[in-house]
Amino acid sequence: MKHDKTSPAFFVLVVMLVLMSTGPILMMVLTSLRLNVDIMSDTSSLIFMPTLRNYETVLCNALWYTPEHLGRCDKTFGRALGNSLLVSVTATALTLVIGCMAAYALVRFRFLGRDVVSFSTLILRMIPPAVLLVPVFGIWTYQFGLDGTLSGLVLVYVAMNLPFVIWILQSFIRQVPIQLEEAARIDGAGPFAVFFLVVLPLIRPGLAAAAIFTFRIAWNEFLLGNALTDRGTRTVPVTIVNRLTEYDIDWGVIMATGMLLAVPPIIFTLVASRQIITGMTAGAVKG
Amino acid sequence: MSASAFNRATPYIFLLPAAVVLAIALMYPVGYMVWASFLNWNPSQRIGEAEFVGLANYARLLSDMQFRESLTVTLAFAASVVSIELVLGVGLAMLLDRKIRGMSVLRTLFILPMMIAPIVVGLMWRYMYHPTVGIFNRTLKAIGLEPVPWLSDPGWAFVSVVIADVWQWTPFIFILSLAALQSLPSSTMEAARVDGATRFQTILYVKLPLMMPVLIVTALLRMIDAFKVLEVILVLTNGGPGLSTEILALRISRTASEFRELGQAAAMSNVLLLLLMALTAVMFVYSKFTEMRSRRQVA
Repeated sequence: MKHDKTSPAFFVLVVMLVLMSTGPILMMVLTSLRLNVDIMSDTSSLIFMPTLRNYETVLCNALWYTPEHLGRCDKTFGRALGNSLLVSVTATALTLVIGCMAAYALVRFRFLGRDVVSFSTLILRMIPPAVLLVPVFGIWTYQFGLDGTLSGLVLVYVAMNLPFVIWILQSFIRQVPIQLEEAARIDGAGPFAVFFLVVLPLIRPGLAAAAIFTFRIAWNEFLLGNALTDRGTRTVPVTIVNRLTEYDIDWGVIMATGMLLAVPPIIFTLVASRQIITGMTAGAVKG
Repeated sequence: MSASAFNRATPYIFLLPAAVVLAIALMYPVGYMVWASFLNWNPSQRIGEAEFVGLANYARLLSDMQFRESLTVTLAFAASVVSIELVLGVGLAMLLDRKIRGMSVLRTLFILPMMIAPIVVGLMWRYMYHPTVGIFNRTLKAIGLEPVPWLSDPGWAFVSVVIADVWQWTPFIFILSLAALQSLPSSTMEAARVDGATRFQTILYVKLPLMMPVLIVTALLRMIDAFKVLEVILVLTNGGPGLSTEILALRISRTASEFRELGQAAAMSNVLLLLLMALTAVMFVYSKFTEMRSRRQVA
């Protein structure tokens, strides 16, 4: 590949853009490594002794040793981290299995009501969590008895993500050559075998994109998590907001909490940015 | 069951789990909400015990100044962020549309802000906007200027939440328009150059018109998302000071949890839903329209 020559001005522009987009994140990392006394002091210096104390405070019940600086261990966050992981992983797995079956049916079979189904998927995509807040709270509490449970949260997240996942996977399944499936069918494979053994392996990039998007939404969601959980089942975003309303904010600890919440999405982005971008562009360009 | 009947049932079997989940956890709640918007309902009641009040909730919305205020804030917020992000994102895509080493690294860094939890984005910006220890006021003070009341003055608070959203979402428009730019036929660019078009003319008369379909869909997608923004603003200002940053989604959540008027909140949700549905319908019709036109051109 031939590369264009870059002028110094262009180079400066690129460096500035990178600084602007990653600056706030770096600032969060730095803040999470300082003590609150240090943060609130008048002298702002970039030179300071980094410390992991804030992380120890946050994760105290998950550590194998007891941090010396802590009088009492606040277990809230450790528990919330476990809840968040469990909810997001389960929701992602379920959404993928259910979603790709539906997407496959919509692409490969002609059947009654197909257009209605794909149109309503599109419409359902835009329902915001704020709109679901009232009805989901009412139904989960009074009819399903799912309030305060993690499975209630998983159910909402699966439903919220399904339309998007179906939509994204459709565009990937469309690219699978139908001849492959026909060949498998002639060799005697049933519809389920064709789906699981031929189609699924071929759309792995699409599955990766869909998985990342679903995980991200379930992992980051606050509003419904706040309405549907109780003390024992709170997720990380809910604990962060709860701590923010306290009068005296300990910035070091809260930034450490924020970092722990931000790390999984950041890792996914660094590992699979190509899939994410494909998913994003497929979403807009093939509207 | 015979083999052929099984084959005929296959699509429905594949669709069944998705249909069941969507029906009980998405369509049923939305229907429930439409019904709830006609009730005078508070959170300690079962829905059956709530009193039917007809259109009273909607009538109250019409005369509710605070609701009207938050509708205005929502529209102003969506319009500002989408137009700023479009100009910046498309502009940057034009500037960076060349083959340079490390482009994929650059794109990876640019999508980071979108992937991080909105709660955390709010957190970062709230710290940076902090009146005394935040980086903005520290810098202003260091160069001898007056500190700015980022989050405590109504006007500045609105600007502040717009800046945070622009930071988070401009990369989305940038990446989509870069993809659109790079998929333009190189023969057209070649022809423009042969005809003596300047760089600026090429952008204005060739590239932009060709990118238009993608840009419009992108703008609509961003618009839909801008109506859903909640967490960043919740963490930054919680709607204040006053009602200056109280967007509709926040108003709904407060009406439900603080004022405990679920019927009223449901009526507001309905208004928001109608707005979003209108936008989605526009997007759908537009993409069908361009699809038809391009098909006709090919034929």
